[in-house]
Amino acid sequence: MNFNFFVLPFTIGFFIIIVVLGVRFTRWIWKLSKIDKLRILHGFFTRRTLRAIREAWNESLLHKNIFKVNPFLGFMHMSLAFGWFLIIVVGHIEMYALTGNLTAMPWESVFFRYFEHTTSHAHAIFAHIMDTLLLLVLGGVGLALYKRVNMKFFGIRRNTQLRVSDKVALYSLWAIFPMRLLAESATAGFYMNGGWLTNNIGHVFQLVNLNSNGELIFWWIYSISLGAFFVVLPFSRYMHIPTEVLYIFLKEYGIKLKREYNSFSEIQVYSCSRCGICIEACQMHHAKISNNQSVYILKNIRDENITERKIYNCLLCGRCETLCPVNLKLNDLRITLRINASKDFNSTYDFLEQPHNTEHAEVVYFAGCMSHLSPSIISAVETILKTTKTPYLFIDKEKGVCCGRPLMLAGQQKAALKLINHNRESIIQSGAQTLITSCPICYKTFKEDYELGQMRILHHSEYIHELLTNKSLKISKSTQKYIYHDPCELGRGSDVYEEPRFILSQTGTLKTIENERQKSLCCGGSLGDVSLSMQERNRITHQTLLQLTKPNPDCIVTACPLCKKTFAKQKKVPVKDIAEIVVECM
Amino acid sequence: MIDVIIIGGGIAGLETACTLHTQGIESLILEKEKEIGGKLTQWDSLFPSNRNAKELVETYKDEIQKHTITVYVNTKVIAIKKQNDGTFEIFTSREIVFKAKTIVIASGYSIFNAERKEEYGYAIYPNVITSADLEHMFATKKELKAPSGRTLERVAFIHCVGSRDEKVGNHYCSRLCCVTGVKQAIKIRQMLPETHVFNFYMDLRMYGLGFEEMYREAQEKHGVQFIRGRVSEIAQTNEGRLQLKAEDTLAARPVRMQVDMVVLLVGMEAPECNSILGKSCNIQYNAAQFIVPQDIHYSSGITSAEGVFVSGTSIAPLSVFDTINHARSTALAVSNFLMPIQNE
Repeated sequence: MNFNFFVLPFTIGFFIIIVVLGVRFTRWIWKLSKIDKLRILHGFFTRRTLRAIREAWNESLLHKNIFKVNPFLGFMHMSLAFGWFLIIVVGHIEMYALTGNLTAMPWESVFFRYFEHTTSHAHAIFAHIMDTLLLLVLGGVGLALYKRVNMKFFGIRRNTQLRVSDKVALYSLWAIFPMRLLAESATAGFYMNGGWLTNNIGHVFQLVNLNSNGELIFWWIYSISLGAFFVVLPFSRYMHIPTEVLYIFLKEYGIKLKREYNSFSEIQVYSCSRCGICIEACQMHHAKISNNQSVYILKNIRDENITERKIYNCLLCGRCETLCPVNLKLNDLRITLRINASKDFNSTYDFLEQPHNTEHAEVVYFAGCMSHLSPSIISAVETILKTTKTPYLFIDKEKGVCCGRPLMLAGQQKAALKLINHNRESIIQSGAQTLITSCPICYKTFKEDYELGQMRILHHSEYIHELLTNKSLKISKSTQKYIYHDPCELGRGSDVYEEPRFILSQTGTLKTIENERQKSLCCGGSLGDVSLSMQERNRITHQTLLQLTKPNPDCIVTACPLCKKTFAKQKKVPVKDIAEIVVECM
Repeated sequence: MIDVIIIGGGIAGLETACTLHTQGIESLILEKEKEIGGKLTQWDSLFPSNRNAKELVETYKDEIQKHTITVYVNTKVIAIKKQNDGTFEIFTSREIVFKAKTIVIASGYSIFNAERKEEYGYAIYPNVITSADLEHMFATKKELKAPSGRTLERVAFIHCVGSRDEKVGNHYCSRLCCVTGVKQAIKIRQMLPETHVFNFYMDLRMYGLGFEEMYREAQEKHGVQFIRGRVSEIAQTNEGRLQLKAEDTLAARPVRMQVDMVVLLVGMEAPECNSILGKSCNIQYNAAQFIVPQDIHYSSGITSAEGVFVSGTSIAPLSVFDTINHARSTALAVSNFLMPIQNE
C-alpha cells in the first residue's frame, strides 16, 4: 500500500463527506411519505432508473440545459463537472489497469502519479489522456474566474451573495486543479511519468531546481484543497452537486411536490446550483424588485431568513421554472411556502347554497370570474356553441363561484378547497362529459385539483380547434395580422401552445416574436402576486407590450380574460380573445 | 400675422375670444368639428340650474357674430412651429399656414371610452349607455325608454366609470360625473315618476355651487336611492334585463340587482391632440396628458412655453362655471403678455 502523510487531509475529508451525505440522504428519504417510499421501491428495477441515469448524465455532468441558455456558462459547468468526473473515472481505470491492484485505498488513484513512476507506453497513453482532461477542467476553472470579473459575458447580471462556507468551498475548488497540475508536474519533473502537459511543466521545474520538498508541498496543498472542499461541501451551495442527482432519481420515480413543505421540497431547495439563470428570466426587475427571484428564495430557505414579503412577492408566471436547468418546480415550491405562511381568514363561505343542478348536459361551459368581467369573451364563446348547435349548460351564468385557484395561489388552501368542492359537486351533478372554460386560471385548477375523472377538460381554444379540425365550424381567412400572447397558465402552466396558433393561422396571419411559447412574458396582471402596486404592475405590462407590438400587429390576441383586461389599458392596439377573432371570421 | 390663435371652439375658446375682443385684441378660432360650441352642443341641460345647454351655445354664437370673430371650422391642427422671432406658425388640415403672436390651447376634453371598462358591457349589451348618451336621449326623445325599447322600471347609475380607477390607468377624479349622476337621476324621476333609480357610488363629491343641495333634493324630494359600493360586473339575462353585481359597503353585504337600463357616468380624459400640440411646442403635461400650468394658483392660464396659453378643460376636468372663469382669466393673461409688444 502506497502511503504518505499528505494523503490524510484528502482521506479525512473524503470520509467526512461520505458520512455526512449518507446521513442526510437517509434522513431525507426516511422522511418521505410511505407512498413515496414505495414509489422508489417499485421504480428502482424499471426503466425509470435508466432514464434517471440518462438525465443525471445530461444535466449533472454535461449541463445541456445551461448550454441552451448560454454556451459559455454551459461550458464552464460542463468542463468542471464532466471533466472532473472523467478524471475520477479514467484515473481509477488507469490505476486498476496499470497496477492490477483492485483493493487500493481511495487516495491511491487520486495521488497515483506521486506513487507510480513507471514510464511504459501504456502509462504514457493514460498520462496524455489525464493531462488533456485536466486541461479541460482548468479551462472551466479559468471561465469561473473570469465570471467573477465579467458576469455579463455569461448572460448573468447578478448572483447571490456568498456565505463563509461558500467562499471556502469556492476557493478550495479553484485551488484543486491548478494544484493538481503543479503537483503532478513536479513529480513528472523527476521521473518523466507525466503526459504532454505535466512533463513539460516538470521540465521547467527542473530548470528552476525544484527539490523534493517543493514537490511535497504541492501535493500537500492539493490534498488540503480537496479535503477542505469535501468537508465544507455539505454546508455550502455545492451541496447541489450530490443533491441534484438524488432529486433526478426521486423525480423519475414519480415523486412530486405536495401542497406541504416536506423533505422532497427540501431536496429541491438543496438542488439549486445558484446558476442565476432565473434572475435573468424574471420580469419583476421591471418593477424594481430584485431580491425575490427563485434563487434568492431557495437560498433564504436554506439560510432560514425567509420573510413573508418574499414568499408572496412573485407573479408565479413560471418563466424561471421553464429555464431552470435543474427542473426545479419553483412555482409549486413557492405555493407550499405560501400555504405554510397563510393565516386563517374568516372564509367560511357558509352563504354558498348547496348545489343542485336539475339541468343536465354533455357539454358544460364554465366561463370563470375573469370572463364575467370581459363579457365579450362569453358572448363570443356562446355564439360559437350556438352556431355549431352544441347543446350546453352555462353552469356559472348566474350564481358562479370562483374556481379556487386565486386562493390557492395565495396559499389559502383550506378556503380554496371549499370552493373547489362546491364547484366540483355542481359540475359532476350536471352529468357533463366535456367541461369548457374560457379562463386558463380555472382550466389549470380543473385539471390539477378537481379530480373530475374521465371528464374532458378543455379551454375554449382547444374546443374551437376541435371544431375546426372535425369541420363542424367553418371560418374564413381575413387580412388581419396578429400577435398571439401565451397566457402563463395556459402555456407554461398547461402546455397549450399549438391549438390557439392553429386557429389564428386559419383566421389571418400570425406574426412571431422572440419571447413566445415557453418564453412568453407575463402580462403583469397575474393573480399570483396580490402585493404588487398598480404602478409596479403597469411597468411590467408596459415592457411586455413593447415586445408584443414590435411587429406592428393589427390586433393582440390572447386566450385569457385577465391578460386581455391587463393589455386593454393601452389604447393603441386592440386586444381580443381568440374566441372573438373566430366569431369575426365566421 | 394675427395676435392670438385659439385652438378649439368650445366654450373655453369662445369665451377667451370674446374677452380678448372686448380688450381690443383680435383673435382667430380653429375648430376641428363642423360647428362651434364643443361638447356643450351634445348636452341637454346644465347643473345646478337645469338651464338648457343649447341656450348657452346660442348666446356664445351671437357673441361671436357680434364681435365679428373669425372662426375656421373643420380645421384640425397638425403641428405648431415656433419661429425665431417668437411668433408661431400653425399647420392644419387646411392648406393655409396660420401665423400668430400667441396661441391659446382650448382643446377641451374627450369622454372616457366606456368599452375599456368591459365588465360593464358597454357596446355589448344595448341597454348599457353612458351619461353622454342619456343627455342625447333627453335632448332628442320625447318618451324615455331603454335603447331596446323596454319600459324603464328600474335604472341604475354607476359613478366613477373611467375616473379614480387604477385599472384603466386614470387616477384623477373627473369631478363632474357625481353631480351629473344626481342631475340625470332627478330628471328620470321627474319624467318617469314610477321608475326606481339607484346610484352606485364610491364617494359623492358635491364640491360646487348648489351641488350639495341637488344631492339632498335627489334623496328627499325625488327618492333616488344611493348605494355606496362599486359594481363589479353586469350581465344580460335571457329576458334582456341587466343583472348587476355589487357590494353595498355600508350594509356590508353583496347586492345582486336586475334593472332595465344602466347609465355609466363616464369621466373626462385629455384629448389625444394634447400630446401632438405638446410635442410641437414643448409644453409640460401631467401623467394623464392634461396640460400643466406654470403656476396652478397664480397663473393657471400660462403654460411652460412662452407665448402659449391654455384655457378651460385642457388643464383638468372643469365645470361650465369654472371653464368660463378660467377662459376669462386666460384672456387677461394673453392681453397682459401682448400689451408691451403693442406699445413698442
